[in-house]
Amino acid sequence: MTAPQDTPQNAPRPPGLPPVAIVIGALFFLGLVGLMLYGVLRSGDADRDVLPSALIGKPAPQFALPVLHDPSVRFGSADLRGAPYVLNVWGSWCAACRDEHPVLTAFAQTKRVRVVGYNWKDEPADALRWLERFGNPFFVVVADQEGRHALDWGVAGAPETFLVDGAGIVRWKHTGPLTEQVVRGQLLPALEQAERAR
Amino acid sequence: MLPELGQVLLVLALLVALLQSVLPLAGAQRGNAAWMAVARPAAHAQLLLLAGAFAILTWAFVSQDFSVKYVAENSNSLLPMIYRYSAVWGAHEGSLLLWTLVLALWTSAVARFSRALPQPVVARVLGVMGVVAAGFLAFLIFTSNPFARLLPAAAEGRDLNPLLQDPGLIIHPPMLYAGYVGFAVPFAFAIAALLDGRIDARWLRWTRPWTNIAWAFLTVGIALGSWWAYYELGWGGWWFWDPVENASFMPWLVGAALIHSQAVTEKRGSFPGWTLLLAIAAFSLSLLGAFLVRSGVLTSVHSFAADPSRGLFILAFLCVVIGASLLLYALRAGRLEAGAAFQAASRETLLLLNNLLLASACAMVLLGTLYPLLADALGMGKISVGPPYFGLLFFVLMAPLVALVPFGPLARWQREQPSRLAAALLPWLGVAAGLGVAAYFTAPQGAWKTALGVAGAAWVGLGTLRFAWGRLRNSGRMTAEMWGMVLAHLGIAVFLAGALLVEAQNVQREVALRPGQTLEVGRHAFVFEGVEQVQGPNYLADRGRVRVLRDDRPLALLHPEKRAYASGGQVMTEVGLLPGLAGDVYVALGEPLGGDAWAVRVHIKPFVRWVWAGALLMALGGLVAAADRRFRRQPEKAA
Amino acid sequence: MSAVLRALLLALGLALGAAAHAQPAGDASPLRFRDGAEEARFHRLTAELRCVMCQNQSLADSNAQIAHDMRREVLALMRQGHGDADIKRFLVERYGEFVLYRPAVDTHTWLLWFGPGLVLLGGGLAVWRIVRRRAAAARGAASDDGEQEW
Repeated sequence: MTAPQDTPQNAPRPPGLPPVAIVIGALFFLGLVGLMLYGVLRSGDADRDVLPSALIGKPAPQFALPVLHDPSVRFGSADLRGAPYVLNVWGSWCAACRDEHPVLTAFAQTKRVRVVGYNWKDEPADALRWLERFGNPFFVVVADQEGRHALDWGVAGAPETFLVDGAGIVRWKHTGPLTEQVVRGQLLPALEQAERAR
Repeated sequence: MLPELGQVLLVLALLVALLQSVLPLAGAQRGNAAWMAVARPAAHAQLLLLAGAFAILTWAFVSQDFSVKYVAENSNSLLPMIYRYSAVWGAHEGSLLLWTLVLALWTSAVARFSRALPQPVVARVLGVMGVVAAGFLAFLIFTSNPFARLLPAAAEGRDLNPLLQDPGLIIHPPMLYAGYVGFAVPFAFAIAALLDGRIDARWLRWTRPWTNIAWAFLTVGIALGSWWAYYELGWGGWWFWDPVENASFMPWLVGAALIHSQAVTEKRGSFPGWTLLLAIAAFSLSLLGAFLVRSGVLTSVHSFAADPSRGLFILAFLCVVIGASLLLYALRAGRLEAGAAFQAASRETLLLLNNLLLASACAMVLLGTLYPLLADALGMGKISVGPPYFGLLFFVLMAPLVALVPFGPLARWQREQPSRLAAALLPWLGVAAGLGVAAYFTAPQGAWKTALGVAGAAWVGLGTLRFAWGRLRNSGRMTAEMWGMVLAHLGIAVFLAGALLVEAQNVQREVALRPGQTLEVGRHAFVFEGVEQVQGPNYLADRGRVRVLRDDRPLALLHPEKRAYASGGQVMTEVGLLPGLAGDVYVALGEPLGGDAWAVRVHIKPFVRWVWAGALLMALGGLVAAADRRFRRQPEKAA
Repeated sequence: MSAVLRALLLALGLALGAAAHAQPAGDASPLRFRDGAEEARFHRLTAELRCVMCQNQSLADSNAQIAHDMRREVLALMRQGHGDADIKRFLVERYGEFVLYRPAVDTHTWLLWFGPGLVLLGGGLAVWRIVRRRAAAARGAASDDGEQEW
């Protein structure tokens, strides 16, 4: 040190780095690297940013909404009890809903489970026209024009698909368009579990 | 043809960087003068090569060469000329090239202005900077080649992100990078000192202006980003604690601690270990920031497109550089002389507290930014950490710092009498408190925040001015270093006032307006006169006319816009802004509501400009301090 | 000319803007508040909530349709007399903790909330020990009360 007022008794012998500091520092560094590695490896996942449903394992929201094809009739959760059902949130304004339509139709045609359409924030005339044009895979379509009940389902956009079991508990949710992989790899196994639990 | 030449230049630059690192570092270790002498010319050569590569990429943009993939992805035939220049750093590959160019500039500057340093020190410093350059160039060449071809060439480019087609965004990245990269200089110096096993005050004196200048650039870069977000994004805020903002803020906090720590070590020889650790940390955080933004690890409106292989490359580079530095530190720091003793009441203690508080704030920002990722990794689901967390904890950690700022410059080294400081500053504390109380009772809203902002700003400002007055009265002389400190600390006061006052006093309303209708907000009235269509160079805009009156007197005619860009159909909001020293008036168009009604959003933002004025003062202070004559003192010729 | 261009741009925009997770076009009219206090409370509350459909935006600032719906719901809940904590719990039940910008203080966030404090305490302890050791060495040592370089 070149500070002029340093005298031998003024400058204490350097004590060296305390081992505690080294250990903490090393742990922190390794932890940070591990976390970054996890982050990088996960960043390739397409569904990394998908918000998982807060309703899994909880009762599905109670609802009774007008049927699209006959608004004087109301249809809802009470009518669906007793057996599992799939709820698909869609709208005629949603391009990805058109993309998943063939997959959804193919699945609905297996008649494995009731597929309920949830028409979200749509003009009834547009929705009906859309179904006429592309085909109606749904067992029934309910219309939520205002979007109030969609909030209860935790819907953030379309398309979204839910699986609810016979007791009314939400078992599975998929955000984004359905693909054959998703149907085969996730929906069907979840459905089997839901049916067995009955 | 030219883009291929660009690639060649990059490869050559990598080779030169490797030479610049291996030979001088080995030479310094072995005392081989010939090897050490390679450092300076290699640094200059690297600058020439990278400047050439950068010029070639710029030419590709200016001449609209859509056979180059990067140009095709970030430009468009309708893009105005000036944005063709800034599009060069508009996305990942080009901005990385800018990074390496800025690093080459700093390295060359160090090579040019280091005559006073002994050759082994210069060799080591340039060698370490060469290692960093080599890493980035390798990353560039192997994973992010800006000169990659797109064959067949695109007929039309995809366009520069409309958000980036703006003057603020032209200088924000270069300033930011000048700061990030500038921290490589104290970092390289710290490594050199650790390799050498000792730290000499003369060498520290040499490093200090470099650190100051880098930090000043970073301050300007962050301020520009904040200012740009304010007027471009349309929601009226100036800081959101977004992960990418945080990535730039962390090195800033540690850099501020470093500036102060370096001053103490240079003048008193104290805490060399802390100074070196802070130097390593500042640059490590710069690298971490670059990683976070480019690897796709964090989602943000701001991040570049992600690619896991890129992320792994930078992560590996990061681990090697930071890990090796920390390892070296752990092994060698113990050998450093600890410095003179001091009493509990002394400037040394205040410096330690300064470091502690700034480092804790940095740790807090790091924790909050990474916590969602940590929660995800540990299976705790998706959690958000946002402004309510950061704002609260930052305030709590910075409040003690703000309280201590006026004491620092007045306190003596080694032994100070607290009563002397109290006598000097207590009257001003009283004045500040009085102003705070007055503000509390006169504030139309947000009384507490207003009072704290006024009192805190007055305390820091008056305390700093008291120092200047005391100096000028006693010795009649203030060095540039002191002036720099005064400016920077006044900058803190101005910033503090702006930040707290705008948060306490800002007013916002959103209403549906038809042409001819008026919205009244306090003393202001906003008359909506309608919306017309306007054609821009590469966009079609809905341009609103809003007449602003204050106290029934006309103030301005503002033109908020909603622009649809031809290339991608993206819709951007352009705000109608009336700036003012006492506050901004800010008008944005929402959605059209049918008929000719529009949703119009109006903000009154008192003192918001003080936020950036304060930041600019801090940057200016850093630059002024760097100009002090002490740094140009010729050192005695010693070993 | 401009009408044709506008139509073209609109078509282009719709074609390119369609995302995999789409948002409906809906009623975007601004909410009306009863008084300044209600508006201030609303802004404070929605600034602490996150838009579930955006990269990183608060519920107050987002233009997404779901954000409009959620804001409408928040205002309705406010008018029904629910407190801020109730409203937050309502949204968390449906969307998860992601929707809170101020994370809950809970066992799984104790590190987040108390970590910085621990760092400060630990650092403070280290500083105290350093100062004590140096002060001990300074006792009895010569000091310069004369001119110091600043």
